[in-house]
Amino acid sequence: MVTHENGGGHGHHGPPSGFIRKYVFSVDHKVIGIQYLSLALFSVFVGMALSLLMRLHLAWPAAKFFFFKGGVMTPEQYLALMTMHGTIMVFMVLTTAPQSGFGNYFLPIQIGAADMAFPVLNMLSFWTTFVSLIVMLSAFFVSAGAPIGGWTSYPPLSALGEIVGPGQGAGETLWIVGLAIFCGASLMGALNFITTLIDLRAKGMTLGRLPLTCWTWFVTAILGLLAFGVLLAACILLLLDRVGGTSFFIPGGLVVTDQVITWHKGGSPLLWQHLFWFFGHPEVYIAILPGMGVASHLLSTFSRKPVFGYRAMVGAVCAIGFLGFCVWGHHMFVSGMSPYSAFAFSILTMTIGVPSAIKTFNWLGTIWGGKIQFNCAMLFALGFVSLFVSGGLSGLFLAQPALDLYLHDAYFVVAHFHLIMGVAAIFGMFAGLYFWFPKMFGRFLHEGIGKVHFWLTFIGVYAIFMPMHFLGLAGNPRRYSEMTAGPFLIALQPVHVFISIAAFITIAAQLIFLFSFLWSLKAGKEAKEENPWHATTLEWSIPSPPPFDNFGGHEPVVYHGPYEFSVPGAADDYIPQHLAPELVRKA
Amino acid sequence: MMPRRRTERGSTSVALAFALFLTLMTVVTVYIFMAKIWWFPPAITDFGHEIDSQFTRTFVITGIVFVAAQLGLALAVFKFRDRGQKAHYFEGNNTMEIVWTLATIVLFVGLGLYARNAWAQVHFIGAAPGALPIEVTAQQFAWNFRYAGPDGKFGREKPELVSASTGNPVGLDSTDPASKDDIVSPVIAVPAGREVELILRSQDVTHSFYVRELRLKQDAVPGMEIHMHFTATVPGDYELACAELCGLGHYRMHSMLQVMTEPDFEKWQRDQEAANQ
Amino acid sequence: MPGTIVDDVEIIDAGHGGGTTPPAGGDDDGDSSGWRRPVPRRAYFTALQLGLAAIVMFFMALASSYIVRKGLGNDWQRTPLPPVLWFNTAILLASSVTIIVARRRLEGGEREAFRSWWWVTTGLGVLFLAGQIIAWRELAAAGMLLSTNPSSSFFYLLTAAHGAHLGGGILALFYVAFRPWNRSRISQATAAELTSIYWHFMDGLWIFLFVLLTLGR
Repeated sequence: MVTHENGGGHGHHGPPSGFIRKYVFSVDHKVIGIQYLSLALFSVFVGMALSLLMRLHLAWPAAKFFFFKGGVMTPEQYLALMTMHGTIMVFMVLTTAPQSGFGNYFLPIQIGAADMAFPVLNMLSFWTTFVSLIVMLSAFFVSAGAPIGGWTSYPPLSALGEIVGPGQGAGETLWIVGLAIFCGASLMGALNFITTLIDLRAKGMTLGRLPLTCWTWFVTAILGLLAFGVLLAACILLLLDRVGGTSFFIPGGLVVTDQVITWHKGGSPLLWQHLFWFFGHPEVYIAILPGMGVASHLLSTFSRKPVFGYRAMVGAVCAIGFLGFCVWGHHMFVSGMSPYSAFAFSILTMTIGVPSAIKTFNWLGTIWGGKIQFNCAMLFALGFVSLFVSGGLSGLFLAQPALDLYLHDAYFVVAHFHLIMGVAAIFGMFAGLYFWFPKMFGRFLHEGIGKVHFWLTFIGVYAIFMPMHFLGLAGNPRRYSEMTAGPFLIALQPVHVFISIAAFITIAAQLIFLFSFLWSLKAGKEAKEENPWHATTLEWSIPSPPPFDNFGGHEPVVYHGPYEFSVPGAADDYIPQHLAPELVRKA
Repeated sequence: MMPRRRTERGSTSVALAFALFLTLMTVVTVYIFMAKIWWFPPAITDFGHEIDSQFTRTFVITGIVFVAAQLGLALAVFKFRDRGQKAHYFEGNNTMEIVWTLATIVLFVGLGLYARNAWAQVHFIGAAPGALPIEVTAQQFAWNFRYAGPDGKFGREKPELVSASTGNPVGLDSTDPASKDDIVSPVIAVPAGREVELILRSQDVTHSFYVRELRLKQDAVPGMEIHMHFTATVPGDYELACAELCGLGHYRMHSMLQVMTEPDFEKWQRDQEAANQ
Repeated sequence: MPGTIVDDVEIIDAGHGGGTTPPAGGDDDGDSSGWRRPVPRRAYFTALQLGLAAIVMFFMALASSYIVRKGLGNDWQRTPLPPVLWFNTAILLASSVTIIVARRRLEGGEREAFRSWWWVTTGLGVLFLAGQIIAWRELAAAGMLLSTNPSSSFFYLLTAAHGAHLGGGILALFYVAFRPWNRSRISQATAAELTSIYWHFMDGLWIFLFVLLTLGR
């Protein structure tokens, strides 16, 4: 626990001065959190633009775009869009915003600390992330274009260079280097989060009183700490195969368009898959866990009831984290891996559905018997639950190898991961944003526009991603730039058109959000009071926006758990965590 | 006391809209699944039928859970909208936690164990000794299938001899006498009712052999020879699509599986041999 | 490590006799804000352990790739390990001993002895890296390069990865020697302790990799 006992003279100095120190190379976790959120906001619009182009091409393959040479999108351009869409969304949006964005801003405050344990390291981790984004985006601007191997970048396609496809030369190299840099940034951030959580909690903030948001940031950071080193190793091996003449992943005897590859032998494409998915599966839990934390937090706050089964929720988060390292083989059922291993991975994967189900029951239990307020934050949290159920259940199909024989690499998988990551996780972020915007900026996001944004998005994402299940059942493979090769594909074109129209509308609706966000920053309704939501956690005990040292030099003391709402015998329907027991008004 | 906000007064309309949308979405989704508007084509293998049964079991279970969860959410949202009531303070219910955890474990793990049978039929047992071997060679962006011919032996292949342009896509070594009667075809023909063993190879990058009606998919990995077996039961032409991203031509790496009656298959083989001379 | 304040009796006593508390708002290597936050001393040890965990995962990925790749094809040719590696190993082990000695001297207040032993450690570390480079040159002269065969690929990769991490450790040794510790949030003794834990870990990691390479060759 933190103490203040050393001999005098260590009051703090004032806040940093000068534009560079305050806003660019700031070491204040709040500024860094906003920097990460800004990076994610920029990246999500880039990612959405890429997906819009993809969907437009899929629906109307002959359509011309003015920025493509010759007008019509070529298959390799489609694949490059797809590769960069996936990469940017997974890494620059889903791994940054929920964890490094909101987590950076609110973890220290919610545990009663004045900042992260290592503020300079924090600043470095953001700027390293920024550099990795620049390197990755630069793949678009090399002459042969961005890589076409998907965000999973399987060798030999990703290892043999330009001879196996356009964009697989410099573009792929930049992609790998950018990703390796991102690994370093993530490791720095994970280390900071975990140390802060373990060692900087305020007096009275026991693990059993941690808000669920903090628990998810904690477990997510552990996942990141243990997984990104493996991805870094994989990237180095792949890079060496490409530029160092090694053969970790490339077997011998290959012939590419009649040219025999003599300078590689003996490697295994499956080795990459094992390394990548050992990272990749924890990665998707990194993407979703903070959203689950936010959902739990908001469902409780806006039902005015404690979280149902707090201990079970914590246990479920830890179980998901642990099991997340044990299931990577379910991405490889048809890869040529041993079928016996496949079956073992299958049972483990079915098992990881159990803590997810427990969380869903507990979310329902949280709002049951409550007093639900339908502000935008709550709407997105409720939407999260619905989307998580929809997206999670398709996992039960994919976890069975016998069924995966049919569904692997088809649109059923695309539906599954988009509903969970591309929608539920995003809803978690929207919910968090509507909730925390007043604290961060001293103004509310416009509720009216927010409601329009919510409905268009909620209906829109179901319209986009539910039909993808049907495409999958019909056998539509994924990563196809057009559905023209055979009759069964041509027959599915109308569904693609429907999806593309829904995507267009839904993406357009995000512009409404962007407008609202920018407008509210300047002219949103002022949030003068510290605790407009009558919430319980520590961020609501300090001014909006918070002062540079969060708690004004004092260390808060925590007396209560994080979800003391509608406590019988209390006059108010909430008891803030820091309120001394003798100050709690009795009914 | 919490000040009465505008959202509370409007909460009935929002709650109703939310609940109605969830209900509508659930009903429409379930309907489309049950009406099988977009569905698998009929299976043409025996284990394919076993797989379809497992699909049905999984659909039923996930369908029930889906409906219960979405409608439960809809109900809770509507029933407990803020109408000025006080929320009930309960922190949880250990009995319920234990019950639904155990139920979920049994259901999910049980479902997974149930699926073992279909998987075992495909992968835990190898091809029967008399199965017809067909070598499948995947490349950017075409499929080629080799039959051993009457001598029952596959001839030697050499990577240096691969030349799609001069009609030797698999690099058959003509100096090997066993190669003389090998048939190389861009479509795969199999006799109905007879077990076939596929030997999957790739020349360049990873591809994936996928025929929907077989209920089979298998990656063709460079550097590996992966065996698969099946018995197709219904004559017909079925589409073969590549199911692993292999480059710009991935979307058009398409071929046909032709399941023929035994006499038709014999004739096909003879015709192919004749064309080779 | 970025210096952040620590409430620790140790700060007052060690490193700058006189018993005055360090001036408020001291520089902490780049912390532009200049103000103090109470971060307990043990946070540095937590962070170090976490960092080591991440490094372990990185090397486990490489080591398991090594084992898998070895078992794969028939193109694994034994890479003869240059004998200088034994010498390098001895040097690294010696440096682990000298770092312990250095810290004991510091704890005993013998600042000059501490500095000497600390420099010896640093020198041994640099010597180790030089020895690794010699090993590389010997291997290259024997015709075994990075791309020659998977065994040699892993040799260069594993030694380079370890060397890079050890290089970071050498930078830490310099940092502990040169940074003005009287204006920091942790004491030099603490920094020395953290560095030595990392150093011993690098030592142990080298032993592990050396055994792996020897068994696999």
